[in-house]
Amino acid sequence: MSVKTLKIDGIDIAIEEGTTLLQAARAAGVPIPTLCHLDGVADVGACRLCLVEVGGSRRLLPACVTEVAEGMEVQTNTPKLQEYRRMAVELLFSEGNHVCAVCVANGNCELQDVAIQVGMDHSRFTYRFPDRGVDVSHQQFGIDHNRCILCTRCVRVCDEIEGAHVWDVAQRGAACYIVSGLNQPWGEVDACTSCGKCVDACPTGAIFRKGSTTGEKERDRAKLEFLVTAREKHEWTR
Amino acid sequence: MDLSELLDIATAHQASQKPIRVHCCTSTGCRAAKALEVFKNLKTAVDDEELSDRVNVVGVGCMGFCGRGPLVQIDPDQMLYEEVKPDEAASIIGAIKGGTAIALKGDVQHPFFARQVKIVREHSGKVDPESIEDYIAVGGYRSLYKAIYELSPAEVVDEITRSGLRGRGGGGYPTGLKWATVAKMPGDQKYVICNGDEGDPGAFMDRSVLESDPHLVLEGMAIAGYAIGANHGFLYVRAEYPLAIQRLQKAIQQAKKYGLLGSQIFESPFDFKVDIRIGAGAFVCGEETALIQSIEGGRGNPRPRPPYPAQSGLWKCPTLINNVETFANISAIIREGSDWYASIGTEKSKGTKIFALTGKIRNNGLIEVPMGITLREIVEEMGGGVPDGEVKAVQTGGPSGGCIPASLLDTPVDYDSLVAIGSMMGSGGMVVMDQETNMVEVAQFYMEFCRGETCGKCVPCRTGTVQLYALLTKLLRHQATQADLDKLESLCYMVQETSLCGLGISAPNPILSTLRYFNHEYIELLQTPSYLNEKVNDKVNGKVTAER
Repeated sequence: MSVKTLKIDGIDIAIEEGTTLLQAARAAGVPIPTLCHLDGVADVGACRLCLVEVGGSRRLLPACVTEVAEGMEVQTNTPKLQEYRRMAVELLFSEGNHVCAVCVANGNCELQDVAIQVGMDHSRFTYRFPDRGVDVSHQQFGIDHNRCILCTRCVRVCDEIEGAHVWDVAQRGAACYIVSGLNQPWGEVDACTSCGKCVDACPTGAIFRKGSTTGEKERDRAKLEFLVTAREKHEWTR
Repeated sequence: MDLSELLDIATAHQASQKPIRVHCCTSTGCRAAKALEVFKNLKTAVDDEELSDRVNVVGVGCMGFCGRGPLVQIDPDQMLYEEVKPDEAASIIGAIKGGTAIALKGDVQHPFFARQVKIVREHSGKVDPESIEDYIAVGGYRSLYKAIYELSPAEVVDEITRSGLRGRGGGGYPTGLKWATVAKMPGDQKYVICNGDEGDPGAFMDRSVLESDPHLVLEGMAIAGYAIGANHGFLYVRAEYPLAIQRLQKAIQQAKKYGLLGSQIFESPFDFKVDIRIGAGAFVCGEETALIQSIEGGRGNPRPRPPYPAQSGLWKCPTLINNVETFANISAIIREGSDWYASIGTEKSKGTKIFALTGKIRNNGLIEVPMGITLREIVEEMGGGVPDGEVKAVQTGGPSGGCIPASLLDTPVDYDSLVAIGSMMGSGGMVVMDQETNMVEVAQFYMEFCRGETCGKCVPCRTGTVQLYALLTKLLRHQATQADLDKLESLCYMVQETSLCGLGISAPNPILSTLRYFNHEYIELLQTPSYLNEKVNDKVNGKVTAER
């Protein structure tokens, strides 16, 4: 395995070939906001928050799926990127019903964190106030589609780690929603093992444990990491 | 099957033809205007007039002048009849015997026909798309033979590269470079995909090619398979084109029967089979990575590139993916040579392009023109201009393209010139608009289309298009302010620069181009005190009741 050297925000860094720009930036201590990225599952490049400017490329590139290359010059926080990130977060807030004051994930929510990180204090776009419904048919968990940002982490964690593939995306465009089983109520999906990994993976309060109230949602992110390490390296420690 | 057998089929078929061929268009456009009844009546009339020993009535593909369908043409007289009604069919046959045809006669010398240069549509409207013998009789599958026996795969790629052919799906990527990349990729399994998921509103070129000359596309795909070392091709056609699918299925069967597709083509070691995959009605599946996902049986979502399909495409194998029209050019390039092809068109855009000329224009239909022709020549000479009015703008490239104002009609039609003025070649839709057209409404129409067709995977495209549409609606209701207009523009740039695939990247083009050339129309729609006062006065005077 060879090593590539590159510059991220002026910081020189040497890193193994095949790592992504996001991993490299984290290794260099450069924060890049993300929402659809989750360590341990495949990246899809959907939230567009991790877009960075790479010297020589006309397009902005998603750091989560772009591999490092020799001599790359990467800018992660230019005024243009800051503006676009803020807009993307505003678009997410206007798309769903994200009311922190009554949300289980308040204070423990990645969307909220990202909003603070990119400096979003209000949305310039019209709130759409969708009526997307809530499914609480499962014995232990519930899903509030109004808080869903369609990052598809639950889809990937259920498919790739648990192997149950309970979740998927239905419809297209503005009508998209996370669907359980064959468009059944979650509680009726036989494939669901009630493992709760989707609850841990969800960045917002969309998928939650029943019985938790405002600000009470907690996640066990270490579990996912533990499982991935156990499977890949056969090390059963956490 | 070897070359002599192929030539025997051609000779035998030519010998079986009668001196006069009556061509009746049986493609989708003319069918909608009762072409099938015309076709039936023509056949009956031939029997009634006892001309069956002299006259063949042949159902053919598109002749191009779709706005005046159904079309009937008599060969070799070059007589063209337009808007033929079923009860006029008998008189057309009667005219062969010296009677008078009551059907409307067309002018084949009109610039609409005369200015065309037909490479892709060479046999369209002349051969029976359901007969492989008809295609072989006009020289079909000889380019495939030439490629297999006279050229090495590398030489085929070289011919395509030197021809200067660029992808006809809209992007204009050099076809030869794409072929060379896939050919050089390591791996035993490679695929060829033909993208027939034409979805731009107002565009129907690929449908016409597939319906009129399916073997031409199959031959192009087979040559591509030989050149890049693939033994399997997929034709992805949208479900909305049932006639094209039916004719392709028949064409594949016929080609297999003659050993022109399948194993050991022309008794050489080269195998190539073609399967059809039918789209399920998603515009985004025209994007290559989404199309590949769809063929694999997954949800048609695009994925970030790189890796490009040339490196990792269908089932992670190197995959060549080209548009229908691109493949339809291949046979002619191999037959006539790359120098001939490169002599047509401009310096950077070679060959011809088919456009679907529609909108407020006299002559609607399909035209194949050399690259470099100006928009004015297309719209005013060939299209005959706007009936009762003047051209205001021409929209090219569908929802990914832009509106070109009348002042720029002298722009030559080629990939780079169109991009330079904020539009794009696109797959070939060309919608002419007259002075009555409200350009903001046009932008809103295209945004509504994109809003409904985005797959919903990435944030800017999924929710940005909804907000752009909302802002345009607000403008059209006279409720928007200058701040909204600024927001509209900055959101356009954001969606353009941050979206994952071509759909989102190009979705703001109709807005940006109309903002650039028709800015005053946006300004006129802004909320003004006088407009608001009028509203208030109307309310006070009781003209408006309880507005909610």
